[in-house]
Amino acid sequence: MVTTVKEGWELVVGLEVHVELVTTTKMWCGCLTHFGEEPNTNICPVCTGQPGSLPVVNGAAVRAAALIGLAINCSVNETSQFHRKNYFYPDLVKNYQISQYDVPICSEGHLELEVEGSPVTVGIERLHMEEDTGKSTHLGGSGRLHGADTSLIDYNRAGVPLMEVVSHPDIHDAETAQAYVRELQGIVETLGVSDARMDQGSMRVDANVSVRRPGEPLGIRTEIKNLNSVRSLGRAIAYEAQRQIEVLEDGGEIVMQTRHWDESTGRTETLRVKETVTDYRYFPDPDLVPVHCPADWVDEIRAELPELPAAARARLTDAGVDEAQAAALVGTSGMLAAFDEAVATGADPRTVANWLVGDVAGQLSTAEVDFADSGITGAHVGQLVALVDDGTLSNNLAKQVVEHLVADRGSRSPAVVAQEEGLQQVSDTDELQAIVDRVVADNPDTVATIRDGNTKAIGALVGQVMKETRGQADPRATNELLRAAITP
Amino acid sequence: MTSDLLTDTAAGLAARMAAREVSAREVVDAHLDRIEATDGDGTSDTDVHAFLTVVADTARRHADDVDQRRVTGRDLGPLAGVPLALKDLFTMRGAPTTVGSRILEGWVPPYDATVTEKLRAADVIVLGKTNMDEFAMGSSTENSAYGPTRNPWDLGRVPGGSSGGSAAAVAALQAPLSLGTDTGGSIRQPAALCGLVGSKPTYGAVSRYGMVAFASSLDQAGPFARSVTDAALLQSVIQGHDPRDSTSIDPVRVGRDLPDLLADLDAGVEGLTIGVVTELQGEGYEPGVLAAFEDSLRRFEALGATVVEASIPHASYGLPAYYLVAPSEASSNLARFDGVRYGLRVDAPTAEEMNAATRGAGFGPEVRRRIMIGTHALSSGYYDAFYNQASRVRRLIANDFATAFEQVDVLVSPTSPSVAFPLGDKTDDPLAMYLNDVATVPASLAGVPAVSVPNGRGAEGLPTGLQVMGPLLGDDRCFRVARALEADLGLDPVPSGANAVAPA
Repeated sequence: MVTTVKEGWELVVGLEVHVELVTTTKMWCGCLTHFGEEPNTNICPVCTGQPGSLPVVNGAAVRAAALIGLAINCSVNETSQFHRKNYFYPDLVKNYQISQYDVPICSEGHLELEVEGSPVTVGIERLHMEEDTGKSTHLGGSGRLHGADTSLIDYNRAGVPLMEVVSHPDIHDAETAQAYVRELQGIVETLGVSDARMDQGSMRVDANVSVRRPGEPLGIRTEIKNLNSVRSLGRAIAYEAQRQIEVLEDGGEIVMQTRHWDESTGRTETLRVKETVTDYRYFPDPDLVPVHCPADWVDEIRAELPELPAAARARLTDAGVDEAQAAALVGTSGMLAAFDEAVATGADPRTVANWLVGDVAGQLSTAEVDFADSGITGAHVGQLVALVDDGTLSNNLAKQVVEHLVADRGSRSPAVVAQEEGLQQVSDTDELQAIVDRVVADNPDTVATIRDGNTKAIGALVGQVMKETRGQADPRATNELLRAAITP
Repeated sequence: MTSDLLTDTAAGLAARMAAREVSAREVVDAHLDRIEATDGDGTSDTDVHAFLTVVADTARRHADDVDQRRVTGRDLGPLAGVPLALKDLFTMRGAPTTVGSRILEGWVPPYDATVTEKLRAADVIVLGKTNMDEFAMGSSTENSAYGPTRNPWDLGRVPGGSSGGSAAAVAALQAPLSLGTDTGGSIRQPAALCGLVGSKPTYGAVSRYGMVAFASSLDQAGPFARSVTDAALLQSVIQGHDPRDSTSIDPVRVGRDLPDLLADLDAGVEGLTIGVVTELQGEGYEPGVLAAFEDSLRRFEALGATVVEASIPHASYGLPAYYLVAPSEASSNLARFDGVRYGLRVDAPTAEEMNAATRGAGFGPEVRRRIMIGTHALSSGYYDAFYNQASRVRRLIANDFATAFEQVDVLVSPTSPSVAFPLGDKTDDPLAMYLNDVATVPASLAGVPAVSVPNGRGAEGLPTGLQVMGPLLGDDRCFRVARALEADLGLDPVPSGANAVAPA
């Protein structure tokens, strides 16, 4: 079940997602987009807005935008235009941002999501291209521009290509918002056009949140910023919905404003109140000609679309993987590729899914390591499954192998781990027979009980054998040998 | 010898240098001396004050380099060693670019404009940067923050604008060539007022990269010269596709080369149909201007052209449309001058206050007026009535031109409604100043090429100009018609008259 807002209220959420593209060069010039360089090293007359400089559209960014658009079921407009969005801010080099306005590159699409087992469709209004701003650092005062002693500006990020995907206000619970963002993340990652890291700012999500009585027109919305993870997004929406409901139930009014999510307090706080709608004086940028995306070019791009998350999930469930596991495999960076690699070694899809989504993901989560950084490959998982299948490892031992894989970041294969850590199953009958005989001899009372008909007591003896072999005994073989030894 | 170097054409100087009759260094020195003798700093009413910066050392070094390479027998371009005055709106490394404004005081651009690169590649020698109306906003060069430029034909009068410094430099024999920019007439009108040839190329024929923007959809760089051939030679050097300017014409994409401006230059007008724009004459034009215009039309007929009436029905809406589109774009283009990265900064406690103080101190009254008009025209609630409506008018005018060119080869009109007017005459009346552009803005709005060529003398014996407008990429045809008139008239381009600049 998704979390609902208080009875008698409906939550309405629309999301604006900014995605920084991983093109080699910036949107309008040849400067590199590298993240983390010394300040003001990847700059030139164009991206610092020197008088007389002119922008030229980066074709790779247009292509990436069209790819994302097609992947989210938008139409790619044959002609689109860049507009100037005029406002003053020190990190905005031209004091206007080149963006798209009434004719974006892509319009009207949707995402089909699975939320808590139910299908949900979220409409997408548009996808448009724009440029990123520079990055300000304010010294002294509150750490914001206002009241700072000195402000430093790094223009390395100025002019980095951005896409903005704007959803319709079709979202009515926090889980759907989270699923939407995860799906978008999965799509851009699959397309290889962005890192889509919310924690690093390469994906930035703003949530427009309002509440209303069902059937009534849309309520006044607030815009929530500073959402650094999908989890924060969910928490912030839930918090903000509750806050708005309380204000309204107390007879108050919601004020149109931008609110800042504070992860540590779990609250949203007023960042700025929008008393009037900012007049950005959009007009067509006379420095740029319209962008043409002819139908045959769009068809070419469409043909190059890789398997998208929704299709991948369908393929997995067709192979017998259950829906939740399919969602996890597709939704975890790098896991689908590992799954496919493991299955290609001949392993059973359901077993591979169980290991990846179960123990591997679980232990990585405990260790706070992302699968993509874990060093664990599909070949590892395929081998693990094979070792279980041929009896070299029991399930228990296999779990211990996974612990080692996680601990040493996949630097040794499961076979090597099993060998070097002495985790192979003891299924050598002679060795096991000797231990069984000793256990039977050492536990005459238990043996007697079993012989009296209490067959369940054999479990205690199996436990003893396991203890003696430090868990490496093959449980099935142990059982058989014990029965044979006890049966008079 | 010296005066001969100063009055010669660029083509003539180039030929003499190629024949080693004279060195580039001698040519450059003669012009630097002439600048020294006539230009001053604008404080005296005999100063032409065409230049804001003279780069004498760089010019001499470049000239020596050209001479040296000529000695080694290297093949040099057709204008190699010819000096040129560059409007202070093109970026050029090593010298300040002010755009006639206080707001860019102290700014030395970190890069060269494409036009500057092309000049250097052609070994055209830049003598310095010329005065202009601040941000190219004006028709008299009186809006320069650094004082006005005077008209070499009458030092009590304006040279026109906004490229008044570039026009005055060529008229005063300080340089045989100069470059200006034309947004609504800023090359053609000063060319007419200074008795020069001035050309506004087809929009997109010359790269705007490195031209400080006034109105991006209208700005075009173009030449001033004392002969049509010189102007065509210089325009040939600077035109061409530039991948750094998205609005520059790409011959591959349009399936058509940029015109060869020299091939048919002397082909005459016999057999051509010349359309006289009905809407761009009559009321508001000085009698002397109209008389010269009528004389030109008779000459065209005598030379074998067919002269017919032609109409640009929406031309009368050109001026109001222009004075909405251009300020709208300017209001956004000039937003970047905020004191954060370059030029003037007036310190204040907050960033916002610093922006406001800097812009208030850095921009002159005409620039502030246009930023306000443009900001208003783009505002929500006014956008449709102003910016959008003006854009529609612009499309109608472009269609008018296209339709007219189905019937005629070129269109002609007087370039300016008046001859050069006295300094201070129109500074208190912005609308009277704007009316100077009435004949030139239609071609700007349509993006078509237009050349102004001297066509006689009006009131007080001052020069008048005839504007030849051609279809898109028909720059060659404009030059050809201008050349025919020039040859037939045989006017002396050297200023004369009681109040003219001192003779060479």
